[in-house]
Amino acid sequence: MTTRRQFVSQTAAAASAMAFPLVGGAQPAPVKVGVLHPVTGSLAYSGQQCRMGALMAIEDINNSGGIKSLGGAKIEAMLGDAQSQPQAGVAEVEKMNEAGVSAVVGAFASAICLATTQAAAKYNLPHVVDVGVADQIVERGLKNTFRFGPGYKAVADLAVANLHVLNTIAGRPAKTVMIIHEESLFGTGTANLLARELPGYGFEVKEIIKHANPTRDFNNIVLRMKSVNPDIVIPANYYNEYALLVRTMQQQRVVPKAIYSVLGGAASSYKFVQEFPEASKGIIDCNHWFNPKDPRAQALKKRVEAQKQFFSYEVFMTYTAMRLLADAIDKAKSRDRAAIIAALEKSTFSDHIMPYGPTKFVNGQNMGGQPLMTQVLDGDIKVIIPRDYRQAEPLFPLKA
Amino acid sequence: MFDLSIVFPSVLNGITTGAVYALIALGLTLIYGVLHIINFAHGAALMVALYGVYLLKQNFGIDPYLALPIMVPAMFALGYALQRGIINRASHGKDENILLVTLGLSIVLENLALLVFRSDTRSIETAYTLQTVQIGTAFIALPKLIAFAGALVASAVLLWVVTKTDLGRAIRAVSKEKQGARLMGIDVDHIYAMSFGIGLACLGAAACFLLPAYYVNPQVGTGFVLVAFTVVVLGGMGSFVGALLGGLLIGVVESLGGLFLGESLGQIGIFVIFIAILLFRPQGLFGAKA
Repeated sequence: MTTRRQFVSQTAAAASAMAFPLVGGAQPAPVKVGVLHPVTGSLAYSGQQCRMGALMAIEDINNSGGIKSLGGAKIEAMLGDAQSQPQAGVAEVEKMNEAGVSAVVGAFASAICLATTQAAAKYNLPHVVDVGVADQIVERGLKNTFRFGPGYKAVADLAVANLHVLNTIAGRPAKTVMIIHEESLFGTGTANLLARELPGYGFEVKEIIKHANPTRDFNNIVLRMKSVNPDIVIPANYYNEYALLVRTMQQQRVVPKAIYSVLGGAASSYKFVQEFPEASKGIIDCNHWFNPKDPRAQALKKRVEAQKQFFSYEVFMTYTAMRLLADAIDKAKSRDRAAIIAALEKSTFSDHIMPYGPTKFVNGQNMGGQPLMTQVLDGDIKVIIPRDYRQAEPLFPLKA
Repeated sequence: MFDLSIVFPSVLNGITTGAVYALIALGLTLIYGVLHIINFAHGAALMVALYGVYLLKQNFGIDPYLALPIMVPAMFALGYALQRGIINRASHGKDENILLVTLGLSIVLENLALLVFRSDTRSIETAYTLQTVQIGTAFIALPKLIAFAGALVASAVLLWVVTKTDLGRAIRAVSKEKQGARLMGIDVDHIYAMSFGIGLACLGAAACFLLPAYYVNPQVGTGFVLVAFTVVVLGGMGSFVGALLGGLLIGVVESLGGLFLGESLGQIGIFVIFIAILLFRPQGLFGAKA
């Protein structure tokens, strides 16, 4: 039986289908894509940076002729706000599914990505994870989930191996480590990985401290740091807390041999370097970073800065994730979700600004995704490792 | 093992935080002492005050400390109006109604803030946010030191008002014997509203001292109001000296708890004290026996 509402919607659909040839033809219907980030709440800054990256990518794709295999169809963003909470992210995925998006790009934080990818999987809705470093995101066998960047296991392994190299070259000045991490999935997972790996390289992990988001007073943590007096401090947290922690260390005159960040929220952030030049001096970070030798990356950086914004990792990660999706839609020649998933599985996307090479997904993880090591030197962020991308020699240790 | 050199800075840190707790608790205990109601809207009112300070800084560039002469009268006026216009009318003379009205007010205020400001956590940057002062081996952030001094001065002013002025005498008269005070020609409704206004004015001052070293979001009051209730119970319901000392003590307990048990468990000491006081000395440290 047809209800009145169904009748109205069916009639409307039929009418629009009949009307289409009259007005359409030249301009195919846009491809709807969900752009989902925590643009409010404690992660608002990062979420807004991600959204900016996604929207710049969409602008570039649309300005260069849209999705070619779909007759130049434009990408239309459906914006979503995860409010820095996993359940709010899930609610947005439900809305996006209802609205008929072809795919979702998002959702920055690991804990949110874990929830949104699962929600999207129910509808076989492709979900490109832009940042979300927790490895559980791609380890649950979800066919719809694709992560372009590296996971925290890969990052932590590389960071520890490189720390060992730096320390050995310098004559092993550093022996003890203190880890400070935020309490959600990202920080806790990273800290656990580090604590497991570091002793194997001869480092003693003196203390692991976790803190809430937001934390507005790091005095106690820094006082403990003073008491423990570690050679190396490793923070794994988001921007606000990272910045406050390092500033409190500066206030309390705590100067370790190195601040060695693993996915540090502010460690390789131009915003942080500009706002707190003293506190940021010499900080090393193992994090998502663009290929510094790619002129397109520099051009994009200039564009972002022209908008009086900072070219943070959120911007270029989401920018590239959106371009990867657009490439897959183009290859799929379809707005159909299953076809896009199939195209992502086979993706060899290489026209990007990251130091990854062509994409190759294995169980949803891009095998080429790798972090770079950066250090704040002379008021700028320079790549120090690996040699292929090196812009400056590493400075380690900071003090003798 | 922790060495003593870090305990001293932690205690100082706790005292400076505790002074702000005391200021918040003073407002709460004044309202309780006179109106005999527990003001559930206290945390929400603090949140409103913090947003006030935030907006003055962001929109007009007014330094939080210079915002004191604006925020204190503004919060007083808000308190007076709330008591006279809403709480008094809606309560119909029943104390349990007042409790529910203040609870309702807090929900309305928090959701209004959520609507206007979203759930973003906001903070302000000032030139002195990162400055420190060395006291012995400790480095204390300048805004915390100013908050400590400011909270003590504000508490002293409040104590002076309550003990030395006609208004204070009237407030104490109403709190002891409402009917008798009315017979002496005291306008009880006016004194109620004045007390509520002064209670919120304390929050106005607390917000000015707090924001340079803290943040604001729609839920920010909840954490403070729980601590403030503990301070009031610890010091004794309606006792000003109790609120002041209780605030400082709770600040230190929280700070040392954070140092020894970790940040996530830092507040456990506060609530252990809360339960212990209720069990063994329900009138509080400075409260009169019921």
